[in-house]
Amino acid sequence: MLSERRTLLSGRTRAALIIGAAAVYLLGVLIWGGLLCPDTYAVHYENKFIAPCRDHIFGTDFMGRDMFYRSVRGLSTSIIIGVLAAAVSSVIALIFGIASAVFGGWVDKVINFCVDLCMGIPHIVLLLLISFMMGKGVKGITVAVALTHWPGLTRIVRAEVLQIRSSQYVQTAYKMGKSRFNVAVKHIFPHVIPAYLIGLMLLFPHAIMHEAAVTFLGFGLPAEMPSIGVILSEAMTYIVTGKWWLALFPGLLLLLALILFDAAGENLKKLLNPMSGNE
Amino acid sequence: MENILEVKDLKLWFSMYERGFKKKNLEVLHSLSLELRKGEVLAVVGSSGSGKSLLANAVLGLLPGNARLSGEIVYKGMALDNKNRKSLLGREIAYIPQSVDYLDPLMKLGKQVQGVYGTKERQRELFEKYRLPLSTEKKYPFEVSGGMARRILVSSAVMGEPELIIADEPTPGLSADMAMETLMHFRELADKGAAVLLITHDIDLAFNVADRIAVCYAGTIVEIAPTSDFVSGKDALRHPYSKAFIDALPQNGFKPIGGSQPYAGNLPDGCLFAERCPYRSAECGGEIPMRELRGGEVRCVHAT
Amino acid sequence: MKSGRKIFSEILRVILLLICVSLIAFILVTKAPVDPLVSYIGTNSSLSQEAKDEISEYWGLNDPLPQRFLTWADHALHGDMGQSITYKRPVIDVIAERMTYSFSLMFIAWLMSGILGFCLGLVCGLKPGSIFDRVCKTFCLVLKSAPTFWLGLLFLSVFAVQLKWFPIGMSVPIGKLAEDVTLGDRLYHLALPAITLTVVSISEVVLYTRQKIIEIRNSDFILYAQARGERKGQIVRRHILRNIALPAVTLQFASFSELFGGMALAENIFAYPGLGTATTAAALNGDVPLLLGIAVFSALFVFAGNLIANILYGVFDPRTKEAEYVK
Repeated sequence: MLSERRTLLSGRTRAALIIGAAAVYLLGVLIWGGLLCPDTYAVHYENKFIAPCRDHIFGTDFMGRDMFYRSVRGLSTSIIIGVLAAAVSSVIALIFGIASAVFGGWVDKVINFCVDLCMGIPHIVLLLLISFMMGKGVKGITVAVALTHWPGLTRIVRAEVLQIRSSQYVQTAYKMGKSRFNVAVKHIFPHVIPAYLIGLMLLFPHAIMHEAAVTFLGFGLPAEMPSIGVILSEAMTYIVTGKWWLALFPGLLLLLALILFDAAGENLKKLLNPMSGNE
Repeated sequence: MENILEVKDLKLWFSMYERGFKKKNLEVLHSLSLELRKGEVLAVVGSSGSGKSLLANAVLGLLPGNARLSGEIVYKGMALDNKNRKSLLGREIAYIPQSVDYLDPLMKLGKQVQGVYGTKERQRELFEKYRLPLSTEKKYPFEVSGGMARRILVSSAVMGEPELIIADEPTPGLSADMAMETLMHFRELADKGAAVLLITHDIDLAFNVADRIAVCYAGTIVEIAPTSDFVSGKDALRHPYSKAFIDALPQNGFKPIGGSQPYAGNLPDGCLFAERCPYRSAECGGEIPMRELRGGEVRCVHAT
Repeated sequence: MKSGRKIFSEILRVILLLICVSLIAFILVTKAPVDPLVSYIGTNSSLSQEAKDEISEYWGLNDPLPQRFLTWADHALHGDMGQSITYKRPVIDVIAERMTYSFSLMFIAWLMSGILGFCLGLVCGLKPGSIFDRVCKTFCLVLKSAPTFWLGLLFLSVFAVQLKWFPIGMSVPIGKLAEDVTLGDRLYHLALPAITLTVVSISEVVLYTRQKIIEIRNSDFILYAQARGERKGQIVRRHILRNIALPAVTLQFASFSELFGGMALAENIFAYPGLGTATTAAALNGDVPLLLGIAVFSALFVFAGNLIANILYGVFDPRTKEAEYVK
């Protein structure tokens, strides 16, 4: 028994460490990128297309801008928009999911229909349509991402609430004469929170990636704003002439952020699940 | 009588990781011994956590990868190992699990009862014998009732004319009649010459079919005695735990004893029952061997 | 009989969903701050105001939204989805032509990622914790996070630009007459986008199959099969494949949405003239009819996949039939 508890501790410590590392990287990029002086990635035509070297570890682009600073700045923008949009999306999901499970009946049917509807149009196409309607730009892409990422989490929250509601301890609480509100606040809500937090965490990488994808296609952030989507879309023009560094490094920076968000989410799942010690 | 199965001094450990890479061994079965004779039903009883299912899994070779065994498991005079087990399982040695959950949910029952060694003719014959309608053959496990499922599992077991049948808790969830009927199938198989190891926590049912009963406690067998000794009451029994076990039955007044079964990992030295035993003395701290007493076997220095 | 009714109600639901999708897409594109008139005739046209009003009237631009939608839907049902501004051809024709390109791309990637992913997942799931499994799993976890368009750029950079194994873009060699283009040419130009799309889609399949197989292997019926003397190969054939087949195939059909999204990005990177490039071109040019047409078409595609997945489950899993009886 004792030995089991020890392995559990070490597994949990590891999970916490991964979450910590992810937080350091992501917050680091976010803050550094936000505070970065625009001079660091200013235009220097005399320095264009320098391959990665000591002065420019990610190289420079067709306007001689330093790709490292530009990528950090761009990733920071992407993270802010992604996190913001995902947070909005998750709140929609939380409200819809709980409403769907608690009210049941036609509310449940309508919400389920909306989920199916939203999942029916390919993500990219729906994002394009909404950005198109909003007239592109920062506002358009943020609204588009926020409006398209709720269906999955809605289903998770709904399932979670339904499961808790049918569990014996909640049924017992009802039978003991506790009020609906009391049960909802004391028993249901606290148990939905972990699932919600994990879902939110796992929503971030999706939101960030989709923002970058739409920007890459030319419907998201404007070209003058440093962002990974813009950087990669510009890289596409020059990659044919062998400027491989323009795509590789900014993409790696983005990939690392996505993986870390994902890892943080998965490890949060382990951390919040008391059964994780059994693995 | 010829011994079909002999388990001698069986010990079982699970190795676990403790704090990263340090391995720790957890002993879960301790010097467990028993003999199973041709034509008899031996019931292994005990509360949950007493190790009775692990015994079955050890004999069948179904233990997880982190399990280590010592001692001997002998089938018809030949040590059972993974190699010869392969040719015996499903043919000479049969296993009857707890419920339909042990059947493949997506395979039709007829094919499933046949298994890999059986034939369609024999399966039909068995369905008739166990009063299963022929249409069952085309059904899936979730479509049959609990009682039918039990008969299906029994037919699967006797597909290959087994000499050793190991049934692990074959009765939970069944009504008393149903459970009785299932157990009667085992009695019948034993009467025809098979040896049946019946693992159950329901000693009442065991009374009806078993020839002998073995009592499991904290990972070892503390007493093996003829069923008649159990039926005639605690005075005929040898081990203080068996006596307490009988006393705790409803018909004997539900008298529980204090304390709880010790679990692997923090076991006392010597007698595992000593902590809860009224006859405890200094001798109980030493090595307690299994010994013969009045036509049974007991693991207690005080038993008379 | 029962499954027949189930399929019918499924189809009905899909039709209802499709109508709603069309309506939403219609509202989205018509509310966009682009003037269809300007997109059509260009910004510095010399047309008089009266002529413009006339066209507006002819197109019904001044009608209220519900009426415009009904008019559009009526025409669409009769096979007329309007005129594409970008390509100066009927939307239906543009979609039909580009669909063949996109479908061959998606079909190859779908099949390859399905088969290859299943096999890899099977090998991993049968030996979890082995070196192969660990490498494969880590690789797939990274791949799962990797953005499609970035992977596409890397492939383009490595295989087309540096190694020169594949052409840089388009569906056929530039400057070759349509009738001279051989099947070989087409495949050669299709290869890199198809590989990209396969690689993008595969990680989900591998991870799902692996997880599912580990679950199945831990279930009681595998233990029982072992206790009945079944060999490892027999267990895989008789039980594991039987239980994994349906979920795996269903997952493939249910993933049409991601497939379409990946296709759109891959086509844009490789300048492959399919629906993906048409979508971006339509959105860039304010080509409302084409955009609307593609949106509805893509939803139809996704719903078709989901419908097939649901029907597969309903027909082939005996347990869902039972659920029908209970009802």
